[in-house]
Amino acid sequence: MPIETRHLEDSQTLVISVEGRFDFSTHQAFRDAYEHSDNPVEYYVIDLSETTYLDSSALGMLLLLRDYAGGDSARISIENCNSDVRRILAISNFEQLFAIR
Amino acid sequence: MDPSIADQRPLRILIADDSDSDRLILKTLVKRLGHDVFDARDGEEAVRLFEEAQPDIVLLDALMPVMDGMEAARRIKALAGERLVPLIFLTSLSEAGDLARCLDAGGDDFLSKPYNRVLLEAKINAFNRMRRMHDTLSGQRDHIRELNQQLLREQEIAKRVFDNVAHTGCLDAFNIRYLASPLSVFNGDVLFASPRPAGGMLIFVGDFTGHGLPAAIGAMPLAEIFYGMAAKGFSAKDVLREINRKLKQILPTGMFCCGAMIEAVFHENQLWFWNGGLPDAQLIRANGDNVALPSRHLPLGILSPDQFNADLERVTTEPGDSLMLMTDGVLESSNRAGEVFGDAGVARALETRKQGLHPFDAVIGSLREFTGSHQDSDDITLFCVDMVDDAAITPLPDRTTLPGPAEWHCEYELRERTLGDFNPLPLLLHICMEVPGLRSRSGEIYTVLAELYNNALEHGILELPSDWKHSPEGFGKYYRERQVRLGRVDGHFIRFSLSHSMKPYGGRLRVVCEDSGSGFDFKNHPVSTAKNTPAGPLSDNPVIGTSYAGRGLMLLRQLSESLSFHGRGNRIEIVYDWDYSDAPLDHNKNDRH
Repeated sequence: MPIETRHLEDSQTLVISVEGRFDFSTHQAFRDAYEHSDNPVEYYVIDLSETTYLDSSALGMLLLLRDYAGGDSARISIENCNSDVRRILAISNFEQLFAIR
Repeated sequence: MDPSIADQRPLRILIADDSDSDRLILKTLVKRLGHDVFDARDGEEAVRLFEEAQPDIVLLDALMPVMDGMEAARRIKALAGERLVPLIFLTSLSEAGDLARCLDAGGDDFLSKPYNRVLLEAKINAFNRMRRMHDTLSGQRDHIRELNQQLLREQEIAKRVFDNVAHTGCLDAFNIRYLASPLSVFNGDVLFASPRPAGGMLIFVGDFTGHGLPAAIGAMPLAEIFYGMAAKGFSAKDVLREINRKLKQILPTGMFCCGAMIEAVFHENQLWFWNGGLPDAQLIRANGDNVALPSRHLPLGILSPDQFNADLERVTTEPGDSLMLMTDGVLESSNRAGEVFGDAGVARALETRKQGLHPFDAVIGSLREFTGSHQDSDDITLFCVDMVDDAAITPLPDRTTLPGPAEWHCEYELRERTLGDFNPLPLLLHICMEVPGLRSRSGEIYTVLAELYNNALEHGILELPSDWKHSPEGFGKYYRERQVRLGRVDGHFIRFSLSHSMKPYGGRLRVVCEDSGSGFDFKNHPVSTAKNTPAGPLSDNPVIGTSYAGRGLMLLRQLSESLSFHGRGNRIEIVYDWDYSDAPLDHNKNDRH
């Protein structure tokens, strides 16, 4: 599975990991990952340690998640990006909307 | 079995055999299976019957008089064309070479004599399934092909409509080079350039998320906003704000437009630059230095208007400098080995550029060499503008040929806090531009209106001393103070009175600008003392210790037929004459930023 989800022990944090290419082909799986969560989620962690590539439709999906999680009050961090992925996020200045670690 | 493949209707089956008895036996067997039978005695008759009866399956004896089964098979297959008509040879042959010849002639299978009823039925059913599947697949293929052709036709038409909207600007100006693949709009790429009424150029390069129609659809309102506002004299900042507002409003979350806006002010050797999500722009200096101008903003269509930052960076340039912009299709172009061109490819192309080769040509050349024949050039937009003297850049032609108003008067007064909130210049310019004869003079008219307005606001009402602007620290102080004082404009107003009338061979525009400030000692101002020397160089005029700047008023004086002060110096009247015959003078000056 290119997209995997797990809850941390506190059960309020949902970790979504994306493996391989994060692009339009993962659109539905990514949506399902956060829309079908059983517990109420306070924090989202997008783990991109296994992500090799990210395109603009993935940026769009991140914005959709941000809207879903409350827009400006959303608490989302994007973690473990490789340098290519980080570059795309930087060009789009997504650090203004997400915590990128 | 899949009901769509099963076929319950009787099949039309053609049987060709020169032996009357064999033919009768087979005919009887096939009829008992419930199918319709057409029978022929030789190959020639079989071909003729095939044309007449259009059978679904053909059972053909290999050896027949007049025309044998091989020849008949070739002709029948040729007649069937793309249609799959299973052709089964009836044969007592057993030599491998003979059987192979039957298949070479177009046969699909054999049925050996004497006939076995069970095998015959199984083969007819099996081939019927294959025939049905072939029909289904070719039907779907034709459908897809037709849809694709329809899509291409629609894209072609949509592209023509888009081109009419998007390419009304000055992309063909001599100092612009660009490469935009023909259907790049369906990759979400847009490229606009427009001359500004006050001189210089406004340029926008954009890249919508996604591909195809969804990506192209935002391009239309974007083009309309860009060209509409640029022609009316709105600043790059206003245009960016409006684009962002519109895109935020119409695009679904998750869709946005990476873009860069450039305002090139050639005569001041300045670029104003904004980049939200596009790859680094490259400023290639005439002296060989390269400066990267990175994206500092979120793409357009994401932030709400109150969060959006449309501040442009100022870049000082020299004549001969070039600014290059690209969409990520350029960086993501790959070669046969799957490597991407990337920032490194652009940097290498610029570094190893031969003397005299334009940076644009260098990058295009490198890119073509890199991708070789393996290229996906439908996704590429590369743009370059050179810093030049803008006297040669012609303004946009009239967008309308309707005769406009000739005799009119209008008053427009801004009051109270609107003085700080609203820029009336585009509106006033728009009113003046309704007069066809004034349209080619939009630069001068804009300058006249802008100088009058800035003078009334900054000096008349806000009483800001212009000599602050003589030092860099003072410049900052001036604008900070301007902001502070704009909060204290209660009871103040600026009133514009515009009148236009026709006269022989032209027309006259009279503009009176009155403000509620305390005026100034205009009798000792250099404009008043330097009477009748409008052609004198501005720098030769003495600057005296008045609270007013000399330059703005001097410029007004130069541009207009006459300039006069009234009241306590808080009312200025200028008369601007235009003539059908003469071209406007090349004056370009304004303070917009």
